[in-house]
Amino acid sequence: MVSDKDVSYVADLAHLELTDEERTRMLKDLNSILGYIDRLNELDTSNVEPMEQVASRYGEREEEAGGFGYAMREDQPRPCLPRDEAMKNAPATDGTFFKVPKVIER
Amino acid sequence: MDLDVLTVASTRAAVAEKQTTATALVDAFYAKIEAEDPAIGAYLTLSKERAYRQATKIDQLADTGDELPPLAGVPVAIKDVFTTKDIRTTAASKTLDNFNAPYDATVVSRLEEAGAIILGKTNCDEFAMGSSNENSGFYPVHNPRDLTRVPGGSSGGSAAVVAAGTAVASIGSDTGGSIRQPAAFCGVVGLMPTYGRCSRYGLIAFASSLDHPGPFGKTVKDTALMLQAMAGRDPLDSTTADVPVPNYCEHVGEEIAGMKIGVPLEYFEDGLDPDVRAGVEFGIQELANAGAEIVPLSLPHTTYAIPTYYVIATAEASSNLARYDGVRYGLRSSEGKTLSEMYRRTRDAGFGAEVKRRIMLGTYVLSAGYYDAYYLKAQRVRSLLARDFDDAFAKVDVIVTPTTPTPAFKLGEKADDPLAMYLADIFTVTADLVGIPGISIPCCKSKEGLPIGMQILGKHFDEATVLRVAHVAEHALAARAE
Repeated sequence: MVSDKDVSYVADLAHLELTDEERTRMLKDLNSILGYIDRLNELDTSNVEPMEQVASRYGEREEEAGGFGYAMREDQPRPCLPRDEAMKNAPATDGTFFKVPKVIER
Repeated sequence: MDLDVLTVASTRAAVAEKQTTATALVDAFYAKIEAEDPAIGAYLTLSKERAYRQATKIDQLADTGDELPPLAGVPVAIKDVFTTKDIRTTAASKTLDNFNAPYDATVVSRLEEAGAIILGKTNCDEFAMGSSNENSGFYPVHNPRDLTRVPGGSSGGSAAVVAAGTAVASIGSDTGGSIRQPAAFCGVVGLMPTYGRCSRYGLIAFASSLDHPGPFGKTVKDTALMLQAMAGRDPLDSTTADVPVPNYCEHVGEEIAGMKIGVPLEYFEDGLDPDVRAGVEFGIQELANAGAEIVPLSLPHTTYAIPTYYVIATAEASSNLARYDGVRYGLRSSEGKTLSEMYRRTRDAGFGAEVKRRIMLGTYVLSAGYYDAYYLKAQRVRSLLARDFDDAFAKVDVIVTPTTPTPAFKLGEKADDPLAMYLADIFTVTADLVGIPGISIPCCKSKEGLPIGMQILGKHFDEATVLRVAHVAEHALAARAE
Protein backbone atom coordinates (compact mmCIF):
# COMPACT_ATOMS: atom_id res chain seq x y z
CA MET A 1 0.00 0.00 0.00
CA VAL A 2 1.18 3.48 -0.83
CA SER A 3 1.13 5.82 2.19
CA ASP A 4 0.94 9.60 2.55
CA LYS A 5 4.67 9.51 3.23
CA ASP A 6 5.31 7.65 -0.03
CA VAL A 7 3.30 10.23 -1.97
CA SER A 8 5.42 13.02 -0.47
CA TYR A 9 8.65 11.15 -1.16
CA VAL A 10 7.75 10.36 -4.79
CA ALA A 11 6.42 13.88 -5.44
CA ASP A 12 9.74 15.19 -4.20
CA LEU A 13 11.67 12.87 -6.54
CA ALA A 14 9.46 13.95 -9.45
CA HIS A 15 9.81 17.67 -8.67
CA LEU A 16 6.09 18.04 -8.09
CA GLU A 17 4.60 19.87 -5.14
CA LEU A 18 0.89 18.96 -5.39
CA THR A 19 -1.91 20.54 -3.38
CA ASP A 20 -3.44 18.71 -0.39
CA GLU A 21 -6.40 17.85 -2.56
CA GLU A 22 -4.13 16.45 -5.28
CA ARG A 23 -2.23 14.38 -2.69
CA THR A 24 -5.41 12.80 -1.34
CA ARG A 25 -6.54 11.95 -4.84
CA MET A 26 -3.08 10.66 -5.78
CA LEU A 27 -3.01 8.31 -2.79
CA LYS A 28 -6.34 6.81 -3.83
CA ASP A 29 -5.46 6.52 -7.53
CA LEU A 30 -1.97 5.08 -7.01
CA ASN A 31 -3.31 2.42 -4.68
CA SER A 32 -6.07 1.49 -7.08
CA ILE A 33 -3.71 1.29 -10.09
CA LEU A 34 -0.91 -0.51 -8.22
CA GLY A 35 -3.48 -2.97 -6.87
CA TYR A 36 -4.34 -3.80 -10.46
CA ILE A 37 -0.66 -3.99 -11.43
CA ASP A 38 -0.02 -6.50 -8.62
CA ARG A 39 -1.66 -9.19 -10.71
CA LEU A 40 1.66 -9.45 -12.58
CA ASN A 41 2.87 -11.41 -9.54
CA GLU A 42 0.60 -14.28 -10.59
CA LEU A 43 3.23 -15.03 -13.25
CA ASP A 44 6.47 -16.87 -12.62
CA THR A 45 9.04 -14.92 -14.62
CA SER A 46 12.19 -16.23 -12.96
CA ASN A 47 13.52 -17.67 -16.22
CA VAL A 48 12.28 -14.91 -18.53
CA GLU A 49 14.60 -12.27 -19.95
CA PRO A 50 13.41 -8.68 -19.59
CA MET A 51 12.45 -6.92 -22.85
CA GLU A 52 13.59 -3.31 -22.60
CA GLN A 53 13.20 -2.48 -26.26
CA VAL A 54 11.66 -4.03 -29.37
CA ALA A 55 15.21 -4.23 -30.72
CA SER A 56 16.50 -6.02 -27.64
CA ARG A 57 14.31 -8.99 -28.49
CA TYR A 58 14.09 -8.76 -32.26
CA GLY A 59 16.73 -6.46 -33.55
CA GLU A 60 20.19 -7.34 -32.34
CA ARG A 61 20.53 -10.52 -34.31
CA GLU A 62 22.42 -10.32 -37.58
CA GLU A 63 20.14 -9.50 -40.48
CA GLU A 64 20.80 -12.91 -42.06
CA ALA A 65 19.56 -14.52 -38.86
CA GLY A 66 16.23 -12.72 -39.09
CA GLY A 67 17.12 -9.56 -37.22
CA PHE A 68 16.15 -6.12 -38.41
CA GLY A 69 19.56 -4.47 -38.62
CA TYR A 70 19.07 -1.42 -36.47
CA ALA A 71 22.11 0.16 -38.07
CA MET A 72 24.17 2.79 -36.39
CA ARG A 73 25.03 5.86 -38.39
CA GLU A 74 28.54 7.15 -39.02
CA ASP A 75 29.73 9.33 -36.18
CA GLN A 76 30.40 12.43 -38.22
CA PRO A 77 30.15 16.02 -37.03
CA ARG A 78 27.17 17.86 -38.47
CA PRO A 79 26.00 21.43 -38.06
CA CYS A 80 23.83 21.78 -34.98
CA LEU A 81 21.05 24.20 -34.12
CA PRO A 82 22.36 27.80 -34.02
CA ARG A 83 22.43 29.23 -30.50
CA ASP A 84 19.82 31.92 -31.14
CA GLU A 85 17.36 29.35 -32.51
CA ALA A 86 18.02 26.93 -29.67
CA MET A 87 17.41 29.69 -27.13
CA LYS A 88 14.46 31.48 -28.68
CA ASN A 89 11.92 29.51 -26.58
CA ALA A 90 13.74 30.03 -23.30
CA PRO A 91 11.76 31.76 -20.54
CA ALA A 92 14.84 33.76 -19.46
CA THR A 93 18.28 34.19 -20.99
CA ASP A 94 21.03 36.78 -21.03
CA GLY A 95 21.51 36.11 -24.73
CA THR A 96 24.25 33.57 -24.14
CA PHE A 97 23.08 31.46 -21.22
CA PHE A 98 19.79 30.27 -19.74
CA LYS A 99 18.98 32.20 -16.57
CA VAL A 100 17.64 30.38 -13.51
CA PRO A 101 16.95 31.34 -9.89
CA LYS A 102 19.92 31.22 -7.55
CA VAL A 103 21.17 27.65 -6.98
CA ILE A 104 23.59 28.16 -4.10
CA GLU A 105 22.62 30.04 -0.94
CA ARG A 106 25.36 32.34 0.29
CA MET B 1 -15.97 19.86 -55.00
CA ASP B 2 -17.28 17.68 -52.15
CA LEU B 3 -14.51 17.72 -49.58
CA ASP B 4 -16.11 14.91 -47.57
CA VAL B 5 -15.40 12.29 -50.21
CA LEU B 6 -11.86 13.32 -51.14
CA THR B 7 -9.25 10.61 -50.72
CA VAL B 8 -5.48 10.98 -50.94
CA ALA B 9 -5.44 9.60 -54.49
CA SER B 10 -8.47 11.55 -55.73
CA THR B 11 -7.14 14.81 -54.28
CA ARG B 12 -3.80 14.42 -56.03
CA ALA B 13 -5.57 13.46 -59.27
CA ALA B 14 -7.84 16.53 -59.06
CA VAL B 15 -4.80 18.78 -58.71
CA ALA B 16 -2.82 16.96 -61.39
CA GLU B 17 -5.72 17.06 -63.87
CA LYS B 18 -6.39 20.73 -63.09
CA GLN B 19 -9.93 20.16 -61.84
CA THR B 20 -8.87 22.38 -58.99
CA THR B 21 -5.73 23.99 -57.62
CA ALA B 22 -3.97 23.23 -54.38
CA THR B 23 -4.59 26.85 -53.33
CA ALA B 24 -8.34 26.55 -53.96
CA LEU B 25 -8.36 23.33 -51.94
CA VAL B 26 -6.63 25.01 -49.02
CA ASP B 27 -9.19 27.86 -49.21
CA ALA B 28 -12.03 25.35 -49.15
CA PHE B 29 -10.59 23.34 -46.26
CA TYR B 30 -9.99 26.41 -44.10
CA ALA B 31 -13.55 27.58 -44.79
CA LYS B 32 -14.85 24.17 -43.73
CA ILE B 33 -12.64 24.13 -40.63
CA GLU B 34 -13.85 27.57 -39.61
CA ALA B 35 -17.47 26.52 -40.06
CA GLU B 36 -17.36 23.05 -38.54
CA ASP B 37 -14.41 22.69 -36.22
CA PRO B 38 -15.62 24.91 -33.35
CA ALA B 39 -18.23 22.25 -32.48
CA ILE B 40 -15.63 19.47 -32.68
CA GLY B 41 -12.48 21.10 -31.28
CA ALA B 42 -10.11 18.95 -33.31
CA TYR B 43 -7.63 21.67 -34.25
CA LEU B 44 -5.38 23.55 -31.85
CA THR B 45 -3.41 25.62 -34.35
CA LEU B 46 -3.85 26.37 -38.05
CA SER B 47 -0.67 26.78 -40.09
CA LYS B 48 -2.09 28.95 -42.86
CA GLU B 49 1.09 30.66 -43.99
CA ARG B 50 2.91 27.38 -44.39
CA ALA B 51 -0.09 25.72 -46.06
CA TYR B 52 -0.49 28.45 -48.67
CA ARG B 53 3.26 28.50 -49.33
CA GLN B 54 3.22 24.77 -50.03
CA ALA B 55 0.02 25.05 -52.11
CA THR B 56 1.64 27.70 -54.30
CA LYS B 57 4.62 25.43 -54.81
CA ILE B 58 2.39 22.51 -55.82
CA ASP B 59 0.36 24.70 -58.20
CA GLN B 60 3.52 25.94 -59.89
CA LEU B 61 4.68 22.36 -60.25
CA ALA B 62 1.30 21.34 -61.71
CA ASP B 63 1.62 24.17 -64.25
CA THR B 64 4.87 22.70 -65.56
CA GLY B 65 3.03 19.47 -66.41
CA ASP B 66 5.74 17.40 -64.70
CA GLU B 67 4.87 14.29 -62.69
CA LEU B 68 3.59 15.43 -59.29
CA PRO B 69 4.90 13.86 -56.08
CA PRO B 70 2.70 11.14 -54.52
CA LEU B 71 0.85 13.35 -52.00
CA ALA B 72 0.78 16.51 -54.11
CA GLY B 73 -1.85 18.93 -52.89
CA VAL B 74 -3.23 16.61 -50.20
CA PRO B 75 -4.32 18.64 -47.15
CA VAL B 76 -3.25 16.84 -43.97
CA ALA B 77 -3.29 17.52 -40.25
CA ILE B 78 -0.55 16.76 -37.75
CA LYS B 79 -1.10 15.63 -34.16
CA ASP B 80 0.34 18.34 -31.96
CA VAL B 81 2.97 16.02 -30.51
CA PHE B 82 5.06 16.30 -33.67
CA THR B 83 7.32 19.32 -33.87
CA THR B 84 6.75 21.74 -36.74
CA LYS B 85 9.32 24.41 -37.43
CA ASP B 86 8.13 27.87 -36.38
CA ILE B 87 4.59 26.60 -35.81
CA ARG B 88 3.25 26.33 -32.28
CA THR B 89 3.75 22.80 -30.94
CA THR B 90 2.04 22.17 -27.61
CA ALA B 91 1.50 18.42 -27.04
CA ALA B 92 -1.86 19.81 -25.81
CA SER B 93 -0.10 20.89 -22.61
CA LYS B 94 -0.12 24.28 -20.93
CA THR B 95 3.57 23.59 -20.36
CA LEU B 96 4.21 24.14 -24.08
CA ASP B 97 1.49 26.72 -24.77
CA ASN B 98 3.93 29.13 -26.40
CA PHE B 99 6.48 26.71 -27.79
CA ASN B 100 7.56 27.22 -31.40
CA ALA B 101 9.67 24.26 -32.40
CA PRO B 102 13.03 25.00 -34.02
CA TYR B 103 12.84 21.99 -36.36
CA ASP B 104 10.39 19.67 -38.14
CA ALA B 105 9.78 16.09 -37.08
CA THR B 106 11.13 13.72 -39.74
CA VAL B 107 7.66 12.39 -40.60
CA VAL B 108 6.41 15.95 -41.03
CA SER B 109 9.19 16.94 -43.41
CA ARG B 110 8.79 13.67 -45.33
CA LEU B 111 5.06 14.29 -45.83
CA GLU B 112 5.76 17.79 -47.07
CA GLU B 113 8.51 16.57 -49.40
CA ALA B 114 5.94 14.15 -50.83
CA GLY B 115 3.71 17.16 -51.62
CA ALA B 116 1.29 17.11 -48.69
CA ILE B 117 -0.06 20.42 -47.38
CA ILE B 118 -0.05 20.86 -43.60
CA LEU B 119 -3.30 22.55 -42.58
CA GLY B 120 -2.61 22.60 -38.86
CA LYS B 121 -1.98 20.83 -35.61
CA THR B 122 -4.57 18.61 -33.98
CA ASN B 123 -5.77 18.37 -30.41
CA CYS B 124 -4.93 15.31 -28.32
CA ASP B 125 -4.61 14.16 -24.75
CA GLU B 126 -1.84 16.06 -22.98
CA PHE B 127 1.51 14.49 -23.94
CA ALA B 128 -0.55 11.74 -25.63
CA MET B 129 -1.68 10.41 -22.24
CA GLY B 130 -5.29 9.39 -22.41
CA SER B 131 -7.96 7.41 -24.21
CA SER B 132 -10.70 10.02 -24.66
CA ASN B 133 -9.07 13.36 -25.49
CA GLU B 134 -10.57 14.79 -22.32
CA ASN B 135 -7.03 15.24 -20.95
CA SER B 136 -6.21 18.00 -23.44
CA GLY B 137 -4.83 21.00 -21.59
CA PHE B 138 -6.95 23.25 -23.82
CA TYR B 139 -10.35 21.76 -24.69
CA PRO B 140 -11.77 18.28 -25.30
CA VAL B 141 -12.50 16.96 -28.78
CA HIS B 142 -16.03 15.86 -29.64
CA ASN B 143 -16.64 12.82 -31.83
CA PRO B 144 -17.90 14.08 -35.23
CA ARG B 145 -20.19 10.99 -35.50
CA ASP B 146 -21.93 11.97 -32.23
CA LEU B 147 -20.90 15.20 -30.54
CA THR B 148 -21.91 13.94 -27.08
CA ARG B 149 -19.27 11.22 -27.30
CA VAL B 150 -15.49 11.16 -27.08
CA PRO B 151 -13.43 10.66 -30.23
CA GLY B 152 -11.04 8.34 -28.37
CA GLY B 153 -7.49 9.18 -27.62
CA SER B 154 -4.92 10.15 -27.47
CA SER B 155 -4.89 11.07 -31.19
CA GLY B 156 -8.57 12.07 -31.04
CA GLY B 157 -8.14 15.28 -33.04
CA SER B 158 -6.36 13.49 -35.86
CA ALA B 159 -9.11 10.85 -36.07
CA ALA B 160 -11.84 13.51 -35.84
CA VAL B 161 -10.52 15.67 -38.70
CA VAL B 162 -10.60 12.69 -41.06
CA ALA B 163 -14.10 11.71 -39.87
CA ALA B 164 -15.33 15.31 -40.22
CA GLY B 165 -13.63 15.84 -43.58
CA THR B 166 -11.70 18.83 -42.25
CA ALA B 167 -8.50 17.20 -43.56
CA VAL B 168 -8.07 14.46 -46.15
CA ALA B 169 -5.65 12.50 -43.97
CA SER B 170 -3.64 13.01 -40.80
CA ILE B 171 -0.96 11.58 -38.60
CA GLY B 172 -0.95 10.55 -34.97
CA SER B 173 1.14 8.56 -32.54
CA ASP B 174 0.29 5.23 -30.92
CA THR B 175 1.82 4.28 -27.56
CA GLY B 176 -0.96 2.09 -26.15
CA GLY B 177 -3.63 2.35 -28.84
CA SER B 178 -3.65 6.07 -29.52
CA ILE B 179 -4.08 5.69 -33.29
CA ARG B 180 -6.22 2.56 -33.53
CA GLN B 181 -8.64 3.30 -30.68
CA PRO B 182 -9.69 6.79 -31.90
CA ALA B 183 -9.85 5.44 -35.47
CA ALA B 184 -12.34 2.83 -34.22
CA PHE B 185 -14.38 5.42 -32.27
CA CYS B 186 -14.53 7.87 -35.19
CA GLY B 187 -15.12 5.34 -37.99
CA VAL B 188 -11.90 5.96 -39.93
CA VAL B 189 -8.81 3.90 -40.76
CA GLY B 190 -5.83 4.20 -38.41
CA LEU B 191 -2.54 2.41 -38.95
CA MET B 192 0.16 1.82 -36.37
CA PRO B 193 3.30 0.72 -38.24
CA THR B 194 5.97 -1.54 -36.74
CA TYR B 195 8.14 0.02 -34.04
CA GLY B 196 11.14 1.40 -35.93
CA ARG B 197 9.30 1.75 -39.27
CA CYS B 198 8.67 5.49 -38.91
CA SER B 199 11.08 7.90 -37.30
CA ARG B 200 10.36 9.33 -33.86
CA TYR B 201 12.69 12.28 -34.45
CA GLY B 202 10.63 15.33 -33.51
CA LEU B 203 7.90 13.26 -31.85
CA ILE B 204 7.60 14.67 -28.33
CA ALA B 205 8.51 11.64 -26.24
CA PHE B 206 5.93 9.95 -24.02
CA ALA B 207 7.27 6.37 -23.71
CA SER B 208 10.20 6.00 -26.06
CA SER B 209 10.17 2.20 -26.37
CA LEU B 210 6.47 2.29 -27.27
CA ASP B 211 5.86 5.47 -29.32
CA HIS B 212 4.85 4.77 -32.94
CA PRO B 213 4.03 7.50 -35.48
CA GLY B 214 1.38 6.48 -38.01
CA PRO B 215 -1.33 7.71 -40.39
CA PHE B 216 -5.12 8.10 -40.41
CA GLY B 217 -7.19 8.06 -43.59
CA LYS B 218 -10.68 7.48 -44.90
CA THR B 219 -9.53 4.32 -46.66
CA VAL B 220 -6.91 1.62 -46.26
CA LYS B 221 -5.24 2.80 -49.44
CA ASP B 222 -4.96 6.33 -48.06
CA THR B 223 -3.07 5.05 -45.04
CA ALA B 224 -0.84 3.00 -47.36
CA LEU B 225 0.01 6.14 -49.38
CA MET B 226 0.70 8.13 -46.21
CA LEU B 227 2.86 5.38 -44.73
CA GLN B 228 4.84 5.16 -47.96
CA ALA B 229 5.90 8.77 -47.52
CA MET B 230 6.60 8.45 -43.78
CA ALA B 231 8.40 5.11 -43.58
CA GLY B 232 12.06 4.24 -43.60
CA ARG B 233 15.35 4.57 -41.85
CA ASP B 234 16.20 7.95 -40.37
CA PRO B 235 19.78 8.69 -39.30
CA LEU B 236 18.29 10.96 -36.62
CA ASP B 237 16.48 8.07 -34.88
CA SER B 238 18.69 5.09 -34.07
CA THR B 239 15.63 2.96 -33.35
CA THR B 240 14.46 3.15 -36.96
CA ALA B 241 15.37 -0.08 -38.67
CA ASP B 242 17.28 -0.58 -41.87
CA VAL B 243 14.56 -2.74 -43.41
CA PRO B 244 13.58 -2.08 -47.05
CA VAL B 245 10.25 -0.27 -47.47
CA PRO B 246 8.08 -2.12 -50.00
CA ASN B 247 5.63 -0.44 -52.36
CA TYR B 248 2.59 -0.76 -50.11
CA CYS B 249 0.02 0.12 -52.76
CA GLU B 250 1.11 -2.88 -54.83
CA HIS B 251 -0.18 -5.08 -52.03
CA VAL B 252 -3.43 -3.19 -51.56
CA GLY B 253 -5.84 -5.03 -53.84
CA GLU B 254 -4.14 -8.43 -53.73
CA GLU B 255 -6.33 -11.40 -52.85
CA ILE B 256 -6.11 -13.26 -49.55
CA ALA B 257 -7.25 -16.74 -50.60
CA GLY B 258 -5.35 -19.36 -48.60
CA MET B 259 -4.07 -16.87 -46.09
CA LYS B 260 -4.24 -17.93 -42.43
CA ILE B 261 -6.03 -15.50 -40.11
CA GLY B 262 -5.76 -16.02 -36.37
CA VAL B 263 -8.63 -15.16 -34.04
CA PRO B 264 -7.53 -15.06 -30.38
CA LEU B 265 -10.22 -16.28 -28.00
CA GLU B 266 -9.03 -13.94 -25.21
CA TYR B 267 -10.30 -10.97 -27.23
CA PHE B 268 -13.86 -12.29 -27.39
CA GLU B 269 -14.55 -13.03 -23.73
CA ASP B 270 -17.45 -11.87 -21.57
CA GLY B 271 -17.53 -8.12 -21.21
CA LEU B 272 -17.10 -7.49 -24.91
CA ASP B 273 -19.93 -5.26 -26.09
CA PRO B 274 -22.44 -7.47 -28.00
CA ASP B 275 -22.60 -5.07 -30.96
CA VAL B 276 -18.79 -5.00 -31.20
CA ARG B 277 -18.72 -8.80 -31.05
CA ALA B 278 -21.36 -9.13 -33.76
CA GLY B 279 -19.67 -6.53 -35.97
CA VAL B 280 -16.22 -8.03 -35.78
CA GLU B 281 -17.51 -11.59 -36.21
CA PHE B 282 -19.28 -10.36 -39.35
CA GLY B 283 -15.99 -8.86 -40.55
CA ILE B 284 -14.13 -12.11 -39.89
CA GLN B 285 -16.79 -14.01 -41.85
CA GLU B 286 -16.17 -11.68 -44.80
CA LEU B 287 -12.47 -12.60 -44.69
CA ALA B 288 -13.42 -16.28 -44.65
CA ASN B 289 -15.72 -15.66 -47.62
CA ALA B 290 -12.72 -14.15 -49.42
CA GLY B 291 -10.91 -17.46 -49.06
CA ALA B 292 -8.90 -16.97 -45.89
CA GLU B 293 -8.61 -19.80 -43.42
CA ILE B 294 -9.79 -18.75 -39.93
CA VAL B 295 -7.58 -20.22 -37.20
CA PRO B 296 -8.77 -19.97 -33.59
CA LEU B 297 -5.80 -19.45 -31.28
CA SER B 298 -4.79 -18.30 -27.82
CA LEU B 299 -2.68 -15.36 -26.64
CA PRO B 300 -2.60 -16.55 -23.02
CA HIS B 301 -1.00 -13.49 -21.41
CA THR B 302 -3.46 -10.94 -22.83
CA THR B 303 -4.92 -10.11 -19.42
CA TYR B 304 -1.47 -8.97 -18.22
CA ALA B 305 -0.97 -6.44 -21.01
CA ILE B 306 -2.61 -3.42 -19.34
CA PRO B 307 -0.73 -3.74 -16.02
CA THR B 308 2.53 -4.31 -17.93
CA TYR B 309 1.86 -1.29 -20.07
CA TYR B 310 1.08 1.04 -17.18
CA VAL B 311 4.36 0.17 -15.48
CA ILE B 312 6.57 0.52 -18.56
CA ALA B 313 4.82 3.51 -20.14
CA THR B 314 4.68 5.53 -16.93
CA ALA B 315 8.28 4.69 -16.00
CA GLU B 316 9.49 5.93 -19.37
CA ALA B 317 7.18 8.95 -19.20
CA SER B 318 8.44 10.00 -15.77
CA SER B 319 11.93 10.09 -17.20
CA ASN B 320 10.98 11.77 -20.49
CA LEU B 321 8.92 14.48 -18.80
CA ALA B 322 11.72 15.42 -16.41
CA ARG B 323 12.88 17.85 -19.11
CA TYR B 324 9.94 20.21 -18.51
CA ASP B 325 11.63 22.20 -15.80
CA GLY B 326 11.09 25.77 -16.98
CA VAL B 327 14.71 26.33 -17.96
CA ARG B 328 15.26 25.85 -21.69
CA TYR B 329 11.75 26.16 -23.10
CA GLY B 330 8.14 26.00 -22.06
CA LEU B 331 6.30 27.44 -19.12
CA ARG B 332 8.18 28.83 -16.14
CA SER B 333 6.43 29.76 -12.91
CA SER B 334 7.57 33.11 -11.57
CA GLU B 335 6.81 32.02 -8.01
CA GLY B 336 9.84 29.93 -7.12
CA LYS B 337 12.62 31.69 -5.23
CA THR B 338 15.12 28.84 -5.46
CA LEU B 339 15.82 26.60 -8.45
CA SER B 340 14.15 23.61 -6.82
CA GLU B 341 11.07 25.64 -5.92
CA MET B 342 10.92 27.01 -9.46
CA TYR B 343 10.96 23.45 -10.88
CA ARG B 344 8.12 22.34 -8.62
CA ARG B 345 5.92 25.39 -9.14
CA THR B 346 6.47 25.21 -12.90
CA ARG B 347 5.59 21.53 -13.12
CA ASP B 348 2.60 21.92 -10.80
CA ALA B 349 1.24 24.72 -12.98
CA GLY B 350 2.06 23.20 -16.38
CA PHE B 351 0.91 19.59 -16.10
CA GLY B 352 -2.67 18.34 -15.92
CA ALA B 353 -4.00 15.71 -13.50
CA GLU B 354 -3.42 12.64 -15.69
CA VAL B 355 0.14 13.65 -16.56
CA LYS B 356 0.93 14.17 -12.87
CA ARG B 357 -0.65 10.81 -12.05
CA ARG B 358 1.54 9.05 -14.61
CA ILE B 359 4.70 10.86 -13.56
CA MET B 360 4.00 9.85 -9.95
CA LEU B 361 3.27 6.23 -10.86
CA GLY B 362 6.33 6.03 -13.10
CA THR B 363 8.58 7.59 -10.49
CA TYR B 364 7.20 5.20 -7.88
CA VAL B 365 7.82 2.02 -9.92
CA LEU B 366 11.38 3.16 -10.65
CA SER B 367 12.16 4.24 -7.09
CA ALA B 368 14.59 2.43 -4.79
CA GLY B 369 13.16 -0.87 -3.58
CA TYR B 370 10.44 -1.08 -6.24
CA TYR B 371 12.47 -1.28 -9.47
CA ASP B 372 12.71 -5.09 -9.47
CA ALA B 373 9.18 -5.64 -8.21
CA TYR B 374 7.53 -3.44 -10.78
CA TYR B 375 9.71 -2.24 -13.64
CA LEU B 376 11.87 -5.32 -14.16
CA LYS B 377 8.86 -7.57 -13.59
CA ALA B 378 6.89 -5.72 -16.27
CA GLN B 379 9.78 -6.02 -18.72
CA ARG B 380 9.85 -9.77 -18.14
CA VAL B 381 6.11 -10.02 -18.74
CA ARG B 382 6.63 -7.93 -21.88
CA SER B 383 8.79 -10.84 -23.11
CA LEU B 384 5.95 -13.27 -22.36
CA LEU B 385 3.54 -11.12 -24.36
CA ALA B 386 6.03 -11.08 -27.25
CA ARG B 387 6.36 -14.86 -26.98
CA ASP B 388 2.56 -15.23 -27.30
CA PHE B 389 2.73 -13.41 -30.62
CA ASP B 390 5.86 -15.24 -31.80
CA ASP B 391 4.01 -18.53 -31.25
CA ALA B 392 0.87 -17.24 -32.95
CA PHE B 393 2.69 -15.87 -35.98
CA ALA B 394 4.40 -19.24 -36.46
CA LYS B 395 0.91 -20.48 -37.36
CA VAL B 396 -0.91 -17.54 -38.95
CA ASP B 397 -0.23 -14.56 -41.25
CA VAL B 398 -2.31 -11.98 -39.38
CA ILE B 399 -4.45 -11.80 -36.25
CA VAL B 400 -7.91 -10.21 -36.23
CA THR B 401 -9.59 -8.80 -33.11
CA PRO B 402 -11.97 -6.02 -32.06
CA THR B 403 -10.06 -2.72 -31.70
CA THR B 404 -11.94 -1.67 -28.56
CA PRO B 405 -14.25 -3.45 -26.09
CA THR B 406 -17.06 -0.90 -26.65
CA PRO B 407 -17.99 1.81 -29.15
CA ALA B 408 -17.26 5.48 -28.27
CA PHE B 409 -18.40 6.39 -24.76
CA LYS B 410 -19.90 9.69 -23.59
CA LEU B 411 -17.79 12.66 -22.57
CA GLY B 412 -17.37 12.59 -18.80
CA GLU B 413 -18.38 8.93 -18.51
CA LYS B 414 -14.97 7.63 -17.40
CA ALA B 415 -13.25 10.90 -16.56
CA ASP B 416 -13.15 10.23 -12.80
CA ASP B 417 -11.95 6.64 -12.93
CA PRO B 418 -8.43 6.32 -14.36
CA LEU B 419 -8.46 2.52 -14.22
CA ALA B 420 -11.72 2.27 -16.18
CA MET B 421 -10.23 4.64 -18.74
CA TYR B 422 -7.06 2.54 -19.02
CA LEU B 423 -9.14 -0.54 -19.84
CA ALA B 424 -10.39 1.17 -23.02
CA ASP B 425 -6.99 0.20 -24.47
CA ILE B 426 -7.17 -3.46 -23.48
CA PHE B 427 -7.09 -4.76 -27.08
CA THR B 428 -4.52 -2.31 -28.40
CA VAL B 429 -1.69 -2.07 -25.83
CA THR B 430 -0.16 -5.47 -26.53
CA ALA B 431 0.85 -4.62 -30.08
CA ASP B 432 2.68 -1.53 -28.78
CA LEU B 433 4.57 -3.60 -26.22
CA VAL B 434 5.53 -6.24 -28.81
CA GLY B 435 6.26 -3.68 -31.54
CA ILE B 436 4.12 -5.30 -34.27
CA PRO B 437 2.01 -3.32 -36.76
CA GLY B 438 -1.76 -3.01 -36.48
CA ILE B 439 -4.60 -1.30 -38.26
CA SER B 440 -8.14 -0.45 -37.25
CA ILE B 441 -10.78 -0.33 -39.97
CA PRO B 442 -14.47 0.56 -39.63
CA CYS B 443 -16.51 -2.64 -39.42
CA CYS B 444 -20.30 -2.38 -39.16
CA LYS B 445 -22.12 -0.08 -36.72
CA SER B 446 -23.64 -0.49 -33.28
CA LYS B 447 -27.43 -0.41 -32.80
CA GLU B 448 -27.04 3.25 -31.88
CA GLY B 449 -25.27 3.87 -35.19
CA LEU B 450 -21.79 4.24 -33.70
CA PRO B 451 -18.71 3.02 -35.58
CA ILE B 452 -17.08 -0.27 -34.59
CA GLY B 453 -13.41 -0.98 -35.29
CA MET B 454 -11.84 -4.23 -36.41
CA GLN B 455 -8.13 -4.59 -35.68
CA ILE B 456 -5.71 -6.51 -37.89
CA LEU B 457 -2.27 -7.23 -36.41
CA GLY B 458 0.71 -8.46 -38.42
CA LYS B 459 4.29 -9.60 -38.11
CA HIS B 460 7.11 -7.11 -37.53
CA PHE B 461 7.65 -4.97 -40.66
CA ASP B 462 4.84 -6.77 -42.51
CA GLU B 463 2.54 -3.77 -42.86
CA ALA B 464 2.01 -4.90 -46.47
CA THR B 465 0.07 -8.01 -45.42
CA VAL B 466 -1.88 -6.05 -42.80
CA LEU B 467 -2.91 -3.51 -45.46
CA ARG B 468 -3.76 -6.25 -47.94
CA VAL B 469 -6.12 -8.02 -45.51
CA ALA B 470 -7.60 -4.71 -44.34
CA HIS B 471 -8.33 -3.70 -47.92
CA VAL B 472 -10.16 -6.97 -48.67
CA ALA B 473 -12.28 -6.56 -45.53
CA GLU B 474 -12.97 -2.89 -46.28
CA HIS B 475 -14.26 -3.67 -49.76
CA ALA B 476 -16.32 -6.69 -48.74
CA LEU B 477 -17.93 -4.68 -45.93
CA ALA B 478 -18.61 -1.71 -48.22
CA ALA B 479 -20.24 -3.98 -50.82
CA ARG B 480 -22.36 -5.53 -48.04
CA ALA B 481 -23.47 -2.12 -46.78
CA GLU B 482 -24.74 -1.04 -50.20
